[in-house]
Amino acid sequence: MNTRLFLAKLIDVLLPVLAMVIALLVGVLLLLLLGTDPFEAYSALIQGALGNVSGITQTLTKATPLLLVGLGICIAFRGGVINIGGEGQIVVGALAATAFGVGFGNLPALILLPLTLISGATAGLIWGGIPGLLKARLGVNEILTTVMMNQIALRLMNFLLRGPMLDPEHVAAGTSIPQSAALPESIWLTRLVPRTLFHSGAILAVLLALAVYFLLWRTTIGYRIRAVGLNPHASRYAGIPVPKYVTLSLALSGMLCGLAGAVEVLGVHHRMLEGLSGGYGFSGIVAALFGKLHPLGAIPASALFGALLVGADKMQRAVQVPSALAIALQGLVVLFVVSSDLYVRRRTRRRVGEDGSDGPPAAEGERREESEEERDPAQLARGEGGTIQAG
Amino acid sequence: MLRRIRISLLIFLLLLAGCGRSNQDDEEVDAEGAPFRVAIVMPSSTTDIAWSQSMFDSLTAVQAEMGGEDALKIAYSEGMFRVTDASAAIRDYAAEGYDLVIAHGAQYGNSVFEVATDFTDTSFAWGTSSDTGADRGINNVFAYGAVANEGGYVNGVVAAMLSENDVIGVIGPVAGDAKLYIDGFVRGVTVVKPDAQVNISYTGSFSDTTLAAEAAHVHIQAGADVLTGSAQQVVGAIGVANENGVAWLGTQSDQISLGPDVVVTNQIYNWANVIADMIAKIEAGELGGTAYRLTFENDGLRLEFNESIEIDDAVKEAARAAIEDIKSGAVDPVLIEEDDE
Amino acid sequence: MIDELFTISTLIGILHSCVRLATPYLFASLGETFGQRSGVLNLGVDGIMLMGAFFGFYVVFEGHNLWVGVLAAIAIGVMMGLLKAFVSVTMQSLQGISGIGLYLFGLGLSSLLFKTLIGSVEGVSGFRQLPIPLLADIPGIGHILFNHNALVYLAYLMVPASWFVINRTTLGLKIRAVGHNPEAADTLGVSVNGVRYTTLMIGGALAAVAGASLSIGLQNVFQENMTNGLGFIAVALVYFGSWRTVGVLGGALLFSLVNALQLWVQALDIPVPSEVAVMMPYIMTIVVLAFTARQIQRPAALARSYERGE
Repeated sequence: MNTRLFLAKLIDVLLPVLAMVIALLVGVLLLLLLGTDPFEAYSALIQGALGNVSGITQTLTKATPLLLVGLGICIAFRGGVINIGGEGQIVVGALAATAFGVGFGNLPALILLPLTLISGATAGLIWGGIPGLLKARLGVNEILTTVMMNQIALRLMNFLLRGPMLDPEHVAAGTSIPQSAALPESIWLTRLVPRTLFHSGAILAVLLALAVYFLLWRTTIGYRIRAVGLNPHASRYAGIPVPKYVTLSLALSGMLCGLAGAVEVLGVHHRMLEGLSGGYGFSGIVAALFGKLHPLGAIPASALFGALLVGADKMQRAVQVPSALAIALQGLVVLFVVSSDLYVRRRTRRRVGEDGSDGPPAAEGERREESEEERDPAQLARGEGGTIQAG
Repeated sequence: MLRRIRISLLIFLLLLAGCGRSNQDDEEVDAEGAPFRVAIVMPSSTTDIAWSQSMFDSLTAVQAEMGGEDALKIAYSEGMFRVTDASAAIRDYAAEGYDLVIAHGAQYGNSVFEVATDFTDTSFAWGTSSDTGADRGINNVFAYGAVANEGGYVNGVVAAMLSENDVIGVIGPVAGDAKLYIDGFVRGVTVVKPDAQVNISYTGSFSDTTLAAEAAHVHIQAGADVLTGSAQQVVGAIGVANENGVAWLGTQSDQISLGPDVVVTNQIYNWANVIADMIAKIEAGELGGTAYRLTFENDGLRLEFNESIEIDDAVKEAARAAIEDIKSGAVDPVLIEEDDE
Repeated sequence: MIDELFTISTLIGILHSCVRLATPYLFASLGETFGQRSGVLNLGVDGIMLMGAFFGFYVVFEGHNLWVGVLAAIAIGVMMGLLKAFVSVTMQSLQGISGIGLYLFGLGLSSLLFKTLIGSVEGVSGFRQLPIPLLADIPGIGHILFNHNALVYLAYLMVPASWFVINRTTLGLKIRAVGHNPEAADTLGVSVNGVRYTTLMIGGALAAVAGASLSIGLQNVFQENMTNGLGFIAVALVYFGSWRTVGVLGGALLFSLVNALQLWVQALDIPVPSEVAVMMPYIMTIVVLAFTARQIQRPAALARSYERGE
């Protein structure tokens, strides 16, 4: 690797960060609109997310579900499907884990804990698998199904938390706070730093990132998922059962989101309640993008995005701005980071010509987009052409 | 590539740590004559015209009463619908030495007790709830809630008096929520008009204004001539009531601005007395243990009539009588049994 | 009870509700159809709707004419569409994710502007019911179809208008060509990026009007996040309609019909648990599509950035 190449790669690395800085600079306009001192606001943001133990642990606590969801998103994107249903999958995962953990609370912890996690993962697997199956077998678009199933999951939660799963203690006391009974203390995930919410689920998430990497790049299943994602047409001719792998990638994606829900219950809240997720399904997509849709890249990316979310909340508190500002800033950051990708890709393409090295993930991301092609060439032929004639 | 991302993160962190070091002046804690510092964490926005706004408005009212920023300093975190975020906010406020941290949502209960055991010198308040944790040895948590069925009952009486068709529509958020208010409302209606029909529909969400608006249309077409509803979703429904000239009975916050011609009454949550009492107790060294309930009796609930429209005196009189009956205990505003809080 | 559901007046009521409820979905889904037919997926519809809802409301709140409010919404919608086009077309970013960025930006900015410029939830006098003379007097149908406010009619007029633009004009031909095969379109001298900019601006304008149809048409109020995710449903309905305007109309009507039905079922006190009723629109949409989805013809270049080969 020569110096020029190294410099070029260094710029690639810095680009997302640079994009984030530019986005925050644009955000200065919003701060000025509110009559807030931008310097004070941003130092509160940075200090709040990373400046002390409390900030760092909050960032990592937030990064844990983002990483798990992000991993699920990676698998889906690599498999050529878009999973917008993370939100619903988190919710059903959390519900199932709670139901199991509370229902079988007298099992020994050594058995109960893994089974509780598995229940959450299974629920997510089913919630993601249904859109997968519908897409693979009946051609129902997964964006439609996942969007709809988010809503169904939320309403299911509203019902269960006010009916069958409502904490019996609350029923007795008549307070009827919509939350479940607490899980047995023996299976709560260990808090890694006392007096914070930071729990051992983070370790699990990192291990799973390694596992997903292994799955996608070191196993036949993973190879086929990626092959289907890159080019379903060619995959079919290569003898890969495309529908099966479409289903599988959405189901696995849902499984990881379901697990994220279970981990939030076991690690943070110790029971199911409203407001457990509130947007992790979307934030996880962003975290996955920041990590270039690579499972290992998702680790630092979720920490980075987690820091942004935590810091933005702290900024709200420190300079007392509406919460909407934090949301608008996130939007700007996403827009700028996603745009900055262009330069990475352009240079990559030139570089590939120069040294013949394997294209880095940015290029893979692009190829993935191209994979969004017609699944059925016969349909393609009939497709738009037919519409033109039919008018 | 992994290395690249790790390096990028590292560089980013270094950059941030470098410029983040400027703002570390700690606030002074509780010097004599320093303002009382209260922080509030709430699930929706300060302007949701419902639950969150009712508390925020009461806080600013208390602040004005006490003499402004110098006497009472208010910090708020809004939009904390994610409990993890709320939990972080509650902990941060406690760590920053606020005198009172209000967790304005039932779902924050776990977080409050967890933080309260770590910060025993800080006072916390939590609602809707009646649980101060005293039975578990926690003595720095206040609890509060509104006996919404009282106002519901009075609104029900008003609705029954106003209705000519004897059909009344209720727009609820999620079945099981707002139950106190709706139960009280139904009771109030049936006491006045046992045969009146109360149609209840839920939108399945707290913030689906579009569906709430359509629910109002449906109730009106089904013959309802008086409507009520709860949660922040009702703004759309009030707009529809206003357009169709159908009476609306509000709850939680003042909703007259949305339907100046149709909002007849508002049950308003007035937390000011609760807040003032908590502050007094804290300054006297009592950090928790009390469970407050807003009632007509303690002026926590108020029924306000819309002054700009003409309301039949008989209706006003009936409402006043109902309030008196509730205060004196002559009437039990709950459908089945007293909610044992 | 249950027999009440099958009276003529109830059925008319359900259909009347259905027609009105479909309004915002129609505007937003038709707008999204333009973008997707040219090959651009925009998940940020909800954010654009919120911006449109706010600006439409704000202009009317400041005392201007209702149509000025609609124009303001269109203007901001075009600008949001331009932003999306710049990010997705010029910068060739991943379309799904840039849409989420746009959504967050719109959600945040509309709330922020609301807090800064208005500060509390207020009402305005919006579009009023406008029965169409003669037609509104037809028994049954008249009330269902011709007794709504102007924006509702406009939404339905957009269906044939969109169909015409997509299928009968040069612009439409270009849109379909670009969505089908950008390379070939480029060879024929069609500006791929130009067409995509155009469709995203049209889509942005329609999404913003969808928002305004809520804030100054159906509810006459602005509240933070008042769309409550409606824009995502609108995107989903484009898939339901297989990128055809008539299909989108069918999807919007089906979703709204089930919603209207469940509201009526609840209001009439029919013993269906409301917990089940509120899930029905979402379940039914999936189920119906599962039975009909086989004919889907997606724009071949959907969600694919285009860059000229050198």
